Amino acid sequence: MDDIFNAVILLSNFVIVPGMAYGAQLALGALGITLVFGILRFSNIAHGDTMAFGTMATILVTWLLQSWGVSIAPLPTALLALPFGIASTVVLCLVTDRWVYRFFRREKAAPVVFLIASAGVMFVLNGLVRFIIGPNDQRFADGERFIMKARAFKKMTGLSEGLAFKASQALTILTAVIVVIALFWFLNRTRAGKSMRAYSDNEDLALLSGINPERVVLITWTLAAALATIAGVLYGLDKSFKPFTYFQLLLPMFAAAIVGGLGSPVGAIAGGFVIAFSEVTVTYAYRKFIAYVMPGDWAPEGLVQLLSTDYKFAVSFMILVLVLLIRPTGMFGVRSP
Amino acid sequence: MTVNLRNILMFAAVAAALALVGLVQSWSLSLAIFNLCLISAIMSLGINIQWGYAGLFNVGVMGFVALGGVAGLLISTPPVTAAWQVGGYGIIITLFVAIATILAAIFTIKRMPTGKLQKLIFTGIIVAGYFLARVFFAPAVESIEAVEPAKTGFLGGFGLPILISWIAGGFLAAGIAWVVGKIALGLRADYLAIATLGIAEIIIAVLKNEDWLTRGVKNVSGLPRPVPYEVDLQQTIWFQDWAGYLGATPVEFSSIFVKLCYAALFGAVLVAVLWLSERALNSPWGRLMRAIRDNEVSAEAMGKDVTGRHLQVFILGSAVLGIAGAMLTTLDGQFTPSSYQPLRFTFIIWIMVIVGGSGNNWGAVLGGFVIWFFWIEAEPMGLWLMDLITSGMAEDSGLRRHLLNSAAHMRLMTMGLILLLVLRFSPRGLIPER
Repeated sequence: MDDIFNAVILLSNFVIVPGMAYGAQLALGALGITLVFGILRFSNIAHGDTMAFGTMATILVTWLLQSWGVSIAPLPTALLALPFGIASTVVLCLVTDRWVYRFFRREKAAPVVFLIASAGVMFVLNGLVRFIIGPNDQRFADGERFIMKARAFKKMTGLSEGLAFKASQALTILTAVIVVIALFWFLNRTRAGKSMRAYSDNEDLALLSGINPERVVLITWTLAAALATIAGVLYGLDKSFKPFTYFQLLLPMFAAAIVGGLGSPVGAIAGGFVIAFSEVTVTYAYRKFIAYVMPGDWAPEGLVQLLSTDYKFAVSFMILVLVLLIRPTGMFGVRSP
Repeated sequence: MTVNLRNILMFAAVAAALALVGLVQSWSLSLAIFNLCLISAIMSLGINIQWGYAGLFNVGVMGFVALGGVAGLLISTPPVTAAWQVGGYGIIITLFVAIATILAAIFTIKRMPTGKLQKLIFTGIIVAGYFLARVFFAPAVESIEAVEPAKTGFLGGFGLPILISWIAGGFLAAGIAWVVGKIALGLRADYLAIATLGIAEIIIAVLKNEDWLTRGVKNVSGLPRPVPYEVDLQQTIWFQDWAGYLGATPVEFSSIFVKLCYAALFGAVLVAVLWLSERALNSPWGRLMRAIRDNEVSAEAMGKDVTGRHLQVFILGSAVLGIAGAMLTTLDGQFTPSSYQPLRFTFIIWIMVIVGGSGNNWGAVLGGFVIWFFWIEAEPMGLWLMDLITSGMAEDSGLRRHLLNSAAHMRLMTMGLILLLVLRFSPRGLIPER
């Protein structure tokens, strides 16, 4: 019987808990992408670098607070700095919209022009982030590291497998739940949120009903910037901050948004978890798990890993391809491809 | 001033800038920049075929260029016989299993009645094929990578002249483009962008990690050259005479001579691609492409196969990128998977096309020259600028050190700004489409 428990704990430790945390981070990122797509009707390639910018701003404030000796232990100081990070990212997004996207919006340019413009924005942000904080890894997590340590868990239960639960993972899941509830409350219950959804569903009808498009766009950028910063900071706390990694997150985030259906917030969340869990389950080595589940002492020879971790991006790509082939509108999408 | 004169003047300005580098810095450097300008111009022609003719947004330039590069490696390196003996069969069997699996899977989709059973069999075939391939693949890879890992540890190539790889690279890139295009074309434009972004990342991941094929991050250097080596030239009599006649040392002149040989080869390819592109653009086919680009709905209503034409143009453009990639590896003389960076290979090429003038082949070539020149010379210029800005600060000030160290990142920002400014104020580029 212990074997079964051990197997379950093993899987929780290496697949379920990390998958939940990663899924929450992807979901928050994909939400930003999907909101911008729904309202402004283009795929924002700069989203990964917006995340990097927000995280960088938060890190800088965190360092400042740390140097003053401010701390909210056991929580990481970054949480205290987060509002400043969000504020600066919001300002950044609004400035880019004012200087870059608004012109093309008035021109009624094709979506692909917006896409290229966002590539330009990505370039500038990328350079800016590297210019300010450098291209290297930065760690900024402090406070309590673990809620549950593997050794403590082993002692408590007497099992040979431990379950480690990092504080950053708990924080990620908790924050994501709060943010998502707040976002849906905003979208479904407030006047501004309803006007956003109306604009997303049918632009002309919304304009006829007297909705101010510039206001809708403003709210959208604010939300997207906040979501990007939160997602970026949580990812940075959980792993570490490196500008190039954030650029690479673009693919899984877009895959999540497309799997869920571009423009659909519920879909973005579902998509985030689909991508995260596929990535983790496909790249996990099941050798020990099978050894526990199988009767006797038999263990498989190899690692029993479907795909090496170097190819984790391939997983999101494969899922993306499958969705494009089978159902291009995604799980919750309504707009025609 | 007529349009043509203006264009000629712009090309002349680029030539003058290159000559200035030759006079101020060195001719060897100037020619090195010129060679990369030629390759960049070919890449930018490839993107112009996709974007300028048809309005397709390909963000996977890096992947197709890398495919060309790997063709350079696989064609030119001599085969490693020991590795073939221990693992060759395994790899070949894996290849057959993979092909059979894919064919069987396609067959179930195409020929079987749709339903639950079809999906079940389809999944079964894929899973069974995967595990069967693993059985042969894993041991083969292990034994291949164990063959003198410090020197080889991979299968090697065909040992053919590297020039053949320019064609092979084009075909390789075209093949992958066909697969990607089949999946992503015909949907929203954004989906092609994301799909190409993804495939490029995956191609690079494969090249970095499949050591049995490319030696991965251990790199392969010393690829055979299509032009003579400097050392050999320096020792031949006629070359020494020639150098003496021109008043240069043999060492200096050999480096310039080799670069000139490359320039001749690359120039020939550029002229060929440019001539073919111009012919295509001004043919009925080119007019059809532009008609589709400008109004897909009406082109479709006229009975044109929009997705089919898009697929065709996507493959052609990617093939040109593959050719350029093989040329780049030939020039470098080595294959280094970690050198493929999306910012360097994908987005710079895009800036070349947009700045040069999308839809105009001459514009794409001009953009390739201007932007590459700027990309190389921006670093010394940025450093100089930072030096100027920080000259008032104390020698050991932390801010000054930070600014000087970060000057290199300035060029990303500058490139982004150039793209945004051109897109906004001069969307038709330096040489607009006629």
